[in-house]
Amino acid sequence: MRPILLSGHERALTQVKYNSDGDIIFSVSKDHVIGAWYSHNGERLGTYHGHQGALWTVDVDPTSTLLASGGADNTMRLWEVKTGKLLKTWDFLTSIKRVEFSSDGRQLLGVTEKRSGQLGTIVVYEINPDPEAEQTDEQTIRIVCEEAKPTVAGFSYQAQYIIAGHEDGTVSQWDAKSGEFLYSTQVHEADMLITDLQWAPDRTYFITASKDKTAKILATDSLEVLKTFTTDTPLNSAAITPNKDYVILGGGQAAMDVTTTNARQGKFEARFYHKIFMEEIGRVRGHFGPLNYVAVHPLGTGYCSGGEDGYVRVHHFDKPYFDFLYEVEREQRQQQASL
Amino acid sequence: MSPSYENLPSDDEEFDESQIDFTDIEEQYQVRLDEGLDAFVVVDGLPVVPDDNKAKLIKFVLRKLNSVGKVKEDGVYMPLGDDGKTEGYAFVEYNAPSEAIQAVKQLHGTPLDKKHTMAVNKLTDIDRYGREGRIDEDYTPPTQAPFEQKEHLRSWLGDNDGRDQMVMFRSDNVGVFWNDKEEAPEEVVDRANWTESFVQWSPQGTFLTSLHAQGVQLWGGKAWSRQKRFSHPGVNLVDFSPSEKYVTTWSHRPLQVDENHPVPSLTLEEDGKNYIIWDVATGKPLRSFTTIDVLNTVDEEGNPVKKKMQWPTFKWSSDDKYVARMTQGQSISIYELPRMNLLDKASIKIEGVMDFEWAPATPKRDNVKTYEQLLCYWTPELASNPAKVSLMTVPTKEIVRTRNLFNVSDAKLHWQSDAAYICVKVDRHSKSKKSMATNLEIFRVREKGVPVEVVDSIKDTVINFAWEPKGSRFVLITTGEVLAQTAVPPKTSVSFFATEKIKGGAVGNFKHVRTVEKKNSNAIYWSPKGRFVIVATLQSQQSFDLDFWDLSFDKPKDDKDDKEKELNANLQLMNTVEHYGVTDIEWDPTGRYVATVASAFRHRMENGYHMYDFKGQLLREEHIDGFKQLLWRPRPPTLLNKEEQSEIRKNLRNYSKVFDEQDLAKKNTANKQVVESRRRLLAEWLAWRESMIEMLKEEGAIIELNGGRIVREGEDEDDAAEEIEEIVEEIIEETEEVIG
Repeated sequence: MRPILLSGHERALTQVKYNSDGDIIFSVSKDHVIGAWYSHNGERLGTYHGHQGALWTVDVDPTSTLLASGGADNTMRLWEVKTGKLLKTWDFLTSIKRVEFSSDGRQLLGVTEKRSGQLGTIVVYEINPDPEAEQTDEQTIRIVCEEAKPTVAGFSYQAQYIIAGHEDGTVSQWDAKSGEFLYSTQVHEADMLITDLQWAPDRTYFITASKDKTAKILATDSLEVLKTFTTDTPLNSAAITPNKDYVILGGGQAAMDVTTTNARQGKFEARFYHKIFMEEIGRVRGHFGPLNYVAVHPLGTGYCSGGEDGYVRVHHFDKPYFDFLYEVEREQRQQQASL
Repeated sequence: MSPSYENLPSDDEEFDESQIDFTDIEEQYQVRLDEGLDAFVVVDGLPVVPDDNKAKLIKFVLRKLNSVGKVKEDGVYMPLGDDGKTEGYAFVEYNAPSEAIQAVKQLHGTPLDKKHTMAVNKLTDIDRYGREGRIDEDYTPPTQAPFEQKEHLRSWLGDNDGRDQMVMFRSDNVGVFWNDKEEAPEEVVDRANWTESFVQWSPQGTFLTSLHAQGVQLWGGKAWSRQKRFSHPGVNLVDFSPSEKYVTTWSHRPLQVDENHPVPSLTLEEDGKNYIIWDVATGKPLRSFTTIDVLNTVDEEGNPVKKKMQWPTFKWSSDDKYVARMTQGQSISIYELPRMNLLDKASIKIEGVMDFEWAPATPKRDNVKTYEQLLCYWTPELASNPAKVSLMTVPTKEIVRTRNLFNVSDAKLHWQSDAAYICVKVDRHSKSKKSMATNLEIFRVREKGVPVEVVDSIKDTVINFAWEPKGSRFVLITTGEVLAQTAVPPKTSVSFFATEKIKGGAVGNFKHVRTVEKKNSNAIYWSPKGRFVIVATLQSQQSFDLDFWDLSFDKPKDDKDDKEKELNANLQLMNTVEHYGVTDIEWDPTGRYVATVASAFRHRMENGYHMYDFKGQLLREEHIDGFKQLLWRPRPPTLLNKEEQSEIRKNLRNYSKVFDEQDLAKKNTANKQVVESRRRLLAEWLAWRESMIEMLKEEGAIIELNGGRIVREGEDEDDAAEEIEEIVEEIIEETEEVIG
């Protein structure tokens, strides 16, 4: 099916997210505006104004009532999805690179940038799911990363752990109740930034993307590398598809190098790999700048990508996508059916 | 506390410098003081004369000595012995040390008369080498190194699957690999920084050549150990003789070899030279040459024309017995191997000679019993003489055939690989010099009297021409006029030619088969075994086409073109493919596979290679950053004779059956392995997933089990999916009707 082009942003997209029903897409961009769109036809639902700087991150709670965002104006903000009302602003000393709700929506996590003498931190707030309620200023957890700054982070299943990816290619695991450090491991090449960390639907495993041109699936508990996907371009994002055992990787040559080569060379394609067999299945072209984020519809019926070119491309999967099976998978299905 | 200047350990009392023996170091680092003796030479081997004749002798010797420099006034000192006679030697002082060096270089060993030969040495050398104890008085024979078993240099030919090797140079690594068709090439050896500029195979594949700032190295054998090393500082290019016996190295910088810059295995003889010809077996230089300055020609506007250097400059005859170099416009110098002496002690004077080529094989000519090497050269129009193309035998230097040509702008010589034909591509201008046309003059070398056939039906300029290896067909590419101020190069046409079928098996006349127009192609790559040819577009910005042609295609009988029936060709385009950024095309030596390369030497876009079979079927593609070279390892000529070869060809079906079975078996096991590993991966994954779900259930993680969606009370699973109805209105047709 033809992709839907969302061309409401004036500058590069930094993150795109589906809500848990998959009917709305939230997008943030360097143009200071949060956009909300109907995923099935690409119609714009509304925008959220208030941020004073480039936006880096957005997340929506599981009930689609609250929206969190963070950006270069050193604030993390909470919005009511329905009305666009600004509910709360938390001020920081540096910009916010990542926000994420826990699976029950009662905790919100933020990753702050390391700059001007400030170390990178991960902060956690309790969230009252009622939009009318007053939100707390008190941080339940504050993790300061002294060695390598965190770039991405998220809550595991049951908000048991906080998992963070760092600028030096390591992934660390923290106790989400006490904020205690548990374990850390070198997953990607040293000094290669981890650019993305996205969860499987049940949060027992996750995928990381890195500038070292690989994406890896890790188990939440053990941080064991289960799968590795090797590409030929630095990656900015990786997503796991529900229903089908695929992953989608996005990236491309760094934005600053793009003008020196042609689009063909830039490798601005979304790449589909088989999650279990780690083989490339296909590519989707379209963007004319690197892909900064890829997000998958929670029901697995489509995906969208936000590019440095300022566009969001929303794709709905066609029948062949769902029909495609490896011979061994088909074999296994038949076995199961006959049982 | 760290040591600082204040608390350095005080002088050790027991330490006495004078106790240490420094003589070895002193000797090693002995500085050769400029003693002012550099301008002195010692002349030895002079006749012994009484005092009366001394002045006469000095005058005689001075005449020789002054030929290379200026001897100082009273600069000759000839001591007298006790008997009042000269001692047979003299000390000579030149004005400058450089003159003394020249004297040693040029005058040493000059005969004075029948009995006396002059020996000229530098005084400092005599002092250095002749001092007592420097040279052992007793002769000690050199020790003979025990015999060492050398590695088998051609072991790669014994591969069970008959695969071919290729060398790949990517980024800083050079590796040799077996070609495994669709599979990733199997590594044989891979080394970082194996070469400093590029790699090259020797013509029969025995050696891999690497180039370094210090010189050239040859590698080979199973262990890829170094076989030979040729020191040539600043070497730029290397060329082998056809049978790998000799190597030419060239540097654009003249060699500097003197006492202060010693180079292993080179002597003062090589100082100032650009070319060295080496003997591969011994690793010793045979002879060295300087670059001949090309006459500075000027174009019509008076600007000097930069001539491209011809490489190889020294061209080898097919039997490795002769090597020749041309002095453009004047002569061709032929040297005889292995002594490297000038044939008949003189260069062959050929006024105006522009280019020459050896026959690539020993030509078999009609009615000639002793097969000799053939040399073809051409000269332009000089004064009232026409331009000429001539064939000359070597060593007898007999002109076999000459053809006169008129209105010649340029000519190119193309030998067919068996030396059965030579095609001279003659670019001719009209009288007004405004329009150009190309003639092909084909010399049938094997036939009696070497008849010349002319193909002159070509109106456009021929930009490329290639003979079928071992065959009698050729392909050429023509182009129209280059339009000024357009970035787009003009379209090209590709034409195929073959011989007519005539009774009795003789070779008929060359006839045009077909022309394909409106192409961008500019390059022709024949399969080394003939029959198949790739016509490609290289180094273009817009197009990257590769056309795979078969010239002996088996068409159904009734489908045959009437015209092609009479020719030895059945042309068929098998496939057209595109390789973005292709720069080089390399056929493997068997003609089964062809690799196309996008090399980082030329551009940095999608570097890597594609592997095709001879039909143009893509087998494999690989993108490697910084991919520079892919070169197939050449194979030496076959050891089978004609009968054995035709025997194999006859039974090809039986052989191919075996090979097909092998391929199939290999593929099946490979597939089986892939399927097995996939099955295992899938089973592992499913088991792990099950354990995780079990764990979540125990933890009571409802939201996670529901894929991250919170199921509110009173909401059913079915309601979770929202039905969206969208009404789309579309006006299909509008008509207006006037009522009334």
